Amino acid sequence: MTQSHRIAGGQIDRSTTLRFSFDGQSFAAHPGDTLASALLANGVRLMGRSFKYHRPRGPLSAGSEEPNALVELRTGARREPNTRATVVEVFDGLQASSQNRWPSLRFDAMAINDRLNSFFTAGFYYKTFMWPASFWEKVYEPIIRRAAGLGSLSREEDPDEYDKGFLHCDLLIIGAGPAGLMAALTAGRAGVRVILADEDFRMGGRLNAETHAVGDQTAASWAAAAVAELASLPNVRLMPRTTVLGPMDHGIYSAVERVSDHLPEPLPGKPRQTLWRIYSARAILAGGATERPIAFENNDRPGIMLAGAMRAYANRWGAKAGDRIAVFTNNDDGLRTAVDMASKGVDVVAVIDSREGGDLLPGIRHLRGAVVTDTAGRLGLTGITLRQANGRAETLQVDALAVSGGWNPNVNITSHHRSKPRWDEGLLAFVPGEGGPSGLSVAGAAAGVMSTQGALHTGQAQALAVLESLGRLTKPADLPQAEDAPVRISPLWHVAGGKGRAWIDQQNDVTVKDVVLAHQENFTSVEHLKRYTTLGMATDQGKTGNVLGIAVMAGLTGQTIPETGTTIYRPPYTPVAMGALAGRSRGPEFKPVRLTPSHLWAKEQGAVFVEVGNWLRTQWLPKPGETTWRQSVDREVLATRRSVGICDVTTLGKIDIQGTDAGAFLDRVYANTFSTLPVGKCRYGLMLREDGMVMDDGTTARLGPHEYVMTTTTANAVPVFRHLEYVRQCLFPDMDVQLISTTEAWAQYSVAGPNARKLLEKLVDQDISDAAFPYMAAGHITVCGGLRARLFRISFSGELAYEIAVPTRYGDALIRRLMQEGAAFDAVVYGTEALGVMRVEKGHVAGNELNGQSTALNMGLGKMVSRKKDSIGMVLSQRDGMTEPDGYRLVGVKPVDPARAISAGSHFLEIGAAPVAANDGGWLTSVVYSPHLNSQIALGYLKAGDQKIGRRMRAVNLLTKVDTEVEIVSPHFLDPMGERLRG
Amino acid sequence: MAEHGLHAVTALGGAAPRMAEIGPISITERFDVALGSVATRRGRAADVVRGASDAGLPLPPPGKAEFGGQWSAFWVAPEMWFVEAPFASHEDIAAHLRTIFGDAASVTEQTDAWVRFDLSAPDLHPLFARLCNVDLPVAPVGFATRTVIDHLGCYLIKRAADQVTLYGPRSSAQSLWHAIDVAARSVI
Repeated sequence: MTQSHRIAGGQIDRSTTLRFSFDGQSFAAHPGDTLASALLANGVRLMGRSFKYHRPRGPLSAGSEEPNALVELRTGARREPNTRATVVEVFDGLQASSQNRWPSLRFDAMAINDRLNSFFTAGFYYKTFMWPASFWEKVYEPIIRRAAGLGSLSREEDPDEYDKGFLHCDLLIIGAGPAGLMAALTAGRAGVRVILADEDFRMGGRLNAETHAVGDQTAASWAAAAVAELASLPNVRLMPRTTVLGPMDHGIYSAVERVSDHLPEPLPGKPRQTLWRIYSARAILAGGATERPIAFENNDRPGIMLAGAMRAYANRWGAKAGDRIAVFTNNDDGLRTAVDMASKGVDVVAVIDSREGGDLLPGIRHLRGAVVTDTAGRLGLTGITLRQANGRAETLQVDALAVSGGWNPNVNITSHHRSKPRWDEGLLAFVPGEGGPSGLSVAGAAAGVMSTQGALHTGQAQALAVLESLGRLTKPADLPQAEDAPVRISPLWHVAGGKGRAWIDQQNDVTVKDVVLAHQENFTSVEHLKRYTTLGMATDQGKTGNVLGIAVMAGLTGQTIPETGTTIYRPPYTPVAMGALAGRSRGPEFKPVRLTPSHLWAKEQGAVFVEVGNWLRTQWLPKPGETTWRQSVDREVLATRRSVGICDVTTLGKIDIQGTDAGAFLDRVYANTFSTLPVGKCRYGLMLREDGMVMDDGTTARLGPHEYVMTTTTANAVPVFRHLEYVRQCLFPDMDVQLISTTEAWAQYSVAGPNARKLLEKLVDQDISDAAFPYMAAGHITVCGGLRARLFRISFSGELAYEIAVPTRYGDALIRRLMQEGAAFDAVVYGTEALGVMRVEKGHVAGNELNGQSTALNMGLGKMVSRKKDSIGMVLSQRDGMTEPDGYRLVGVKPVDPARAISAGSHFLEIGAAPVAANDGGWLTSVVYSPHLNSQIALGYLKAGDQKIGRRMRAVNLLTKVDTEVEIVSPHFLDPMGERLRG
Repeated sequence: MAEHGLHAVTALGGAAPRMAEIGPISITERFDVALGSVATRRGRAADVVRGASDAGLPLPPPGKAEFGGQWSAFWVAPEMWFVEAPFASHEDIAAHLRTIFGDAASVTEQTDAWVRFDLSAPDLHPLFARLCNVDLPVAPVGFATRTVIDHLGCYLIKRAADQVTLYGPRSSAQSLWHAIDVAARSVI
């Protein structure tokens, strides 16, 4: 198709022709075109269907406020729904398609909704889908989901990458129109660090869309020169294609830079978009203003657009919206469109000016006191009906209508911190109110200063104020002369009197009738109005419709517009791709991974890994012939208890605690006593929270008079360290204690089993006989002929066991040496599953029991809470409700029939008791299969459990439908006297 | 190879440190630096300062790193520093530091708790703008701070206008390398 509506001028590169397609049809465009401008240049006005009624729609605007021209871009995995054709840069090969229609844009079967509009009034779904309740999820929701929405997702993984980043500056300027450019020039020339961000790919804002002069240049030329100067300043960062989404806290602004959206696909390694966090000492909002329409019957047909948009298409993009146009305005700015379009050779049939009296445009039929009452044209505008001042109706044949109801300053960002905008009766618009984000000032049209001269002036003035606040006072440069017309506007929100529908919010198909209905049904609060009618929702967030809707409601209630107020503005300013928020944190890179020192070796051996927090730990290590995990785990358990097993326990937290008060400090943070621990020994410690619940457990060794090493559970390594720092800095700041994590500095392996000592004796340079290194000994050693190491004789498995630690870089060598020397003992490496089996067999608590709701008494460790000293949690562990003799106690559980299954989470019930909460006796916390007992065994919390040893109960899980008779036993299934670990 | 005969592997799992050149950006894993922490014990600040002075060991103020011939150091917390020395001569760095500070300071070996990456490029700002919230262009040489990169707590030291050292948690060396690598490819 030829570019039938392309006219002279504009800021497009006509030396290059691009090809793109819309709904499969090929079109020509030029660099600098948006999808909307290119389609208009090709005579295409119909670009979409409306949300509810499937009304044919064309672009209303030429910017990010667009409610109508929403399209799907690209194909395959890169298909993106609901993009605004008005801001999409055309590139060669761009494929776009319309959405929310079937089977085609021109013939949409769902347009039947428009005929049935009386059934789809505001709030219809609140009234319609109420009963029966059984239909809610199975009938109504699928129907609504199918009918609702606009574009459709590709349902494929996003192939692109997204970056996140951080920028710092003295002054962030949001918007690169006349105010933003002037502010940037002022601050940039003064040498402060400036970031100038604009959502458009061409900076200049309305300067690119108007025919004014700035100084002795055209507005667009002045803008281009200003941008060129700014680009030459090393202290200025220009960020086109960047939308500032909103202010966060403390002078931080979030912004999305569309790095590659104007390309067929991102260059290799480059992101599609970057989400920036901008840290700025000051910010100036120069975001301009958005024009609003006037509500009249059938004001939504393709070809009807905002007056400022129509002349932007003509002036910036060389695209005319029609051959015969009319202008409907209540303000002087609308007249500019008539003048500009006439100067482009377009037939301006009439200007319908709602204002009575005043000057008339020369050479153009300018009707004062007139309004447009209706329009015609199924897939595009063919004519309008107007009512003249004398009441006479007239029909005009036009194919485009420019509408201007005035301009709304883009106050959004000033209100993101809940500042309420202020109503300006002169502008008939909301302007920024008091109490906006700290450090943010406003310039230009965003501040309600609507002339170009005013924008330049306020941009400069705000920049000077910022410079002064930064101690960089500068003399102002002379401003170029520019248009300085006053705003002349008379209120006209809605052309009353018709019986048809007049659209307020075109994206959500909210009409004046809907607002009237909301008023009738007493949803008069502006927030209720929004929820009841959907006014101001979805991708455009009511940028063109909100004030109109508020004004109509105000007219109904008799309140003023400021009394009616606005809904709350929230970031983001425009829609953001979820990928930009995720950044690189997706798939395997969703979070960092922590690898243990034995990871390389374990991977070579075919280990199965499990995520434990960010750690990857060996879960079990299958041998050839083993087909189920149980075979591997049973073998690891049996081999360890029979001879020796090795487990990487590096993941346990290690905290170095030093200082002359280290022992006293530990007495405070542990419920039991550590100041009396001899040097060279370690002790099991129980740590309570302030509320008396158990926080963590682990062993702590005393390596010197003022030197301890605490171990924590893997899960609580960081929380415990944070807690200790809090205690050190805030509770006992006078203690001489120094803390530092050494978790990753040491590769630590548990060596457990009857042959553990024999194996270690092959590596350790010192005497580690039972006499020289008895149970719970700890100390510095050397291994393999001189490498510094640490040895702890502690056991989690209940076996004769040690934990040996070497500097992490030698961890790989140590596991290989252990396995090499261990071959003589049939040593195995065991994973976290076998570890779990052995600790349950031994009755040791772990994460499932340390659930944050359990006391030492619950765990059978009540006697560890020393009353001889004060410690964190000691007092509150004794409060009412914590010490009842019939409270939960840790017990062992085994099924009466060893072949029967039990599952974690099952609840204890007396035999014969109904499975109701009132009969709940407690729950099973951990369940494993014990290859020694040839049965599943479990730990659990049972009310008065210590008094029920030997009783039979039921373990009932209503979810998994398991109901098994069990015997309550001691939690120490194996070696209750601890003879093995002292061996 | 030391007498014990146990081989060492780098944080990235190699026998030798990894290096990469991505456009003008070079990333080098360092395996030849020992690291220890020194924390002043209560009331012993003067002794620590004296010991450090005698040993030629710098104790920079907050937010700073100082580089010396044998010893370099950066501030990590009030009255606490991380001290760097050549690994070949100071593998047991804690023993060396205890000799210097005696019981005036708590000393802990930190060498293998961290992975160290040295990055250099004529302009590192675009890379670091995508890695962390550090305003690198205005940071002076000798700037040292704790920061977060890809969820990982790291230390950042500006050694020269075109050189930055990162210390990150050793167990996540692969993740940190990946984060730097993709960011570097994104900015070249």
